[in-house]
Amino acid sequence: MKSRRRESKAVTALLYLFLIMLSVICLFPVQWIVMASLNTGNALYSSSLVPEQLTLSHYRYLFDHTDYVLWFWNTFKIACMNMGASLVVVTAAAYAVSRFRFTGREIVLTTLMVLQMFPSFMAMISVYILLLQAGLLDTHLGLVLVYVAGGSPIGIWIVKGYMDGIPKSLEETARIDGASHTTVFVRVIAPLCVPILSFVALTSFIAPWMDFILPRLLLRSSEKKTLAIGLFEMVMDKSQMQFTTFAAGAVLLAIPITLLFFFLQRYVIDGLTAGASKG
Amino acid sequence: MRTRTIAALLSLLGMGIGQFYNRQWMKGLLLLLVECGCLIALPAWKKGIRMLIHLGEQPSRLVDGQFMPGDHSIFMMVQGLLTAFGLLLMALLYAWNVRDAFLFGRLRESGVRVPSFRESLKRLGEEGYPFLLMSPAFMITLLFTMLPIAFGVLVAFTNYAGPNHLPPRHLVDWVGFQTFKDLLTLGSWSGTFVSVGLWTIVWAVLATGSTFFFGLFVAVVVQHPAVRFKKLWRTIFIVPYAVPGFVSILIMRNLFNGSFGPLNQYLQFFGLPAMEWLSDPMLAKFTVLLVNLWLAFPYFMFMMTGVMSGISKDLYEAAEVDGAGRPRQFVSITLPMVLLSTAPLLIMNFAFNFTNFNLIYLLTEGNPVNNALKFAGETDILLSWIFKLTLEQNQFNLASAVSILVFIVIASFSIVQFRFTRAQKERDLVQ
Repeated sequence: MKSRRRESKAVTALLYLFLIMLSVICLFPVQWIVMASLNTGNALYSSSLVPEQLTLSHYRYLFDHTDYVLWFWNTFKIACMNMGASLVVVTAAAYAVSRFRFTGREIVLTTLMVLQMFPSFMAMISVYILLLQAGLLDTHLGLVLVYVAGGSPIGIWIVKGYMDGIPKSLEETARIDGASHTTVFVRVIAPLCVPILSFVALTSFIAPWMDFILPRLLLRSSEKKTLAIGLFEMVMDKSQMQFTTFAAGAVLLAIPITLLFFFLQRYVIDGLTAGASKG
Repeated sequence: MRTRTIAALLSLLGMGIGQFYNRQWMKGLLLLLVECGCLIALPAWKKGIRMLIHLGEQPSRLVDGQFMPGDHSIFMMVQGLLTAFGLLLMALLYAWNVRDAFLFGRLRESGVRVPSFRESLKRLGEEGYPFLLMSPAFMITLLFTMLPIAFGVLVAFTNYAGPNHLPPRHLVDWVGFQTFKDLLTLGSWSGTFVSVGLWTIVWAVLATGSTFFFGLFVAVVVQHPAVRFKKLWRTIFIVPYAVPGFVSILIMRNLFNGSFGPLNQYLQFFGLPAMEWLSDPMLAKFTVLLVNLWLAFPYFMFMMTGVMSGISKDLYEAAEVDGAGRPRQFVSITLPMVLLSTAPLLIMNFAFNFTNFNLIYLLTEGNPVNNALKFAGETDILLSWIFKLTLEQNQFNLASAVSILVFIVIASFSIVQFRFTRAQKERDLVQ
């Protein structure tokens, strides 16, 4: 019995050692970038984990000498437009496929499923040419349209899966009371779908902050740039001066998004599982 | 002849005529107007389809030292494609018109009064409601997803590539399956395709497998009864997933930098040799996988934790009564349950990694360079190769051909996944 207890103590120690090491690995890059953004000088590397002197000069440089604020505003605008449009498009279509039985429903579902696997920039030349012909190249509207089109199929599947889980009896009662489809949707279904709709809103809001390919392809002029492109170009710049500026910019971008993520963690995880397990 | 046949035949003759015969004046008039509009626009339709067939006849040229713009094959192809989509919609409307005349003809045979236009509208409002709801999604995916895909597929069957077939200076022609033949048999192209394709598969399998099993491992460790502060550990481990992916990748790119990245500086500090993390062919592949593991294991950890907390405690108690130790319990209960419920995720994740352009391009840009490959580096996956082929090399037809092949792979995976979840669902119903 004694040896067994000693053995379990060793196991516990090993487990904790593993957990601590993994925590260090998980947190180190984050700590490093935060410190790099606060460190005096422009070196990538500092021998001590916490520098002796902290400075906000890189942040000041970011605001005074780069277009960071403009990029931030552009991205924010695109993110809001994408969120609004995606919510409308996705919810309406998901409600239709979840609640109505119409001819061609199976075809619609299968098409959506195949489309969701198609990364939207795989057809990038044609998107480029189409937007060029429509006069939407180098506009934020054009970019948003491509985002909405790319994100809807998977969004519709996820929201439909969630709606399928809501019992029909609720809306049938409302229908008998004479409510129209639209009223039923707004009064009965939508309130019950808040968690999954938050998930759609969140993902479609965050996507433009992360995306890099499409804006690089579709936005040409520098005053239309999004944050991702601006930051990428800073990293590509070989001078180290730019790296610390990038660090500051990256921290400023990552903080709100990370907080948002932790704040809405439950919805995110639920949404991911819903998309996976319900077909 | 019966009323329904006459009505259908009349509608076949011209849209709306059958409806007139059925005494549905308003509906008939509307349909007839649509048909007239189409007939007036007939030359435009014809022009569009002809464009799609010949893709331009007159290249740009100099006449007496003056530049004369010619046909732009690619714009013609898009216009032709739009025309074809329009024609398809018209054909559908036409078919609906015939069916409608037939149905109301039958209604009249049975002596029922045909509904008035207002009643029809009301019924349309009821039955058409789901279609109305879907119309924004339909329009936007039609224009910005399906049309580009159709266009992309068509490009693979042309010779649209630099340097000799780039509009507006040159014309583009249909070449049938020549592009695919080149891709699969022409030495340098097929070599690159095969080796990039193989690495893509290896990458997708290892990236998915490593994150899956490591995520499972971490979930099991945190779940271990001896471990306290479970919530704290989980919160720490989700940090890599919560930080915006492209920011982390760019951070990693600097962290692993061979000449001034901190990782090598630390190694040297401890007297170890510096490593060529991103520039050695083998090591770069390893680094890409490592970074992916860091980025993506939290996702699986959370999934597994969810599944494991859902497994009934009775199972474990029963196993304990039967004398099964913890390892045995894990192999016989936890593992099968977890595998079963995360298998669809596994397939989805494989498909995602197969096309995980962002990670590869932002971390290494496909480098280090390999001269044996055509326009591709050591860590390039098919998708980043496609990106380079289109944006840097103007090899549009080859890029499209590769896209089609990638799409076939992805689509078959999604079908397998769909079958799987459906099978699972049916089993759930039986239980």
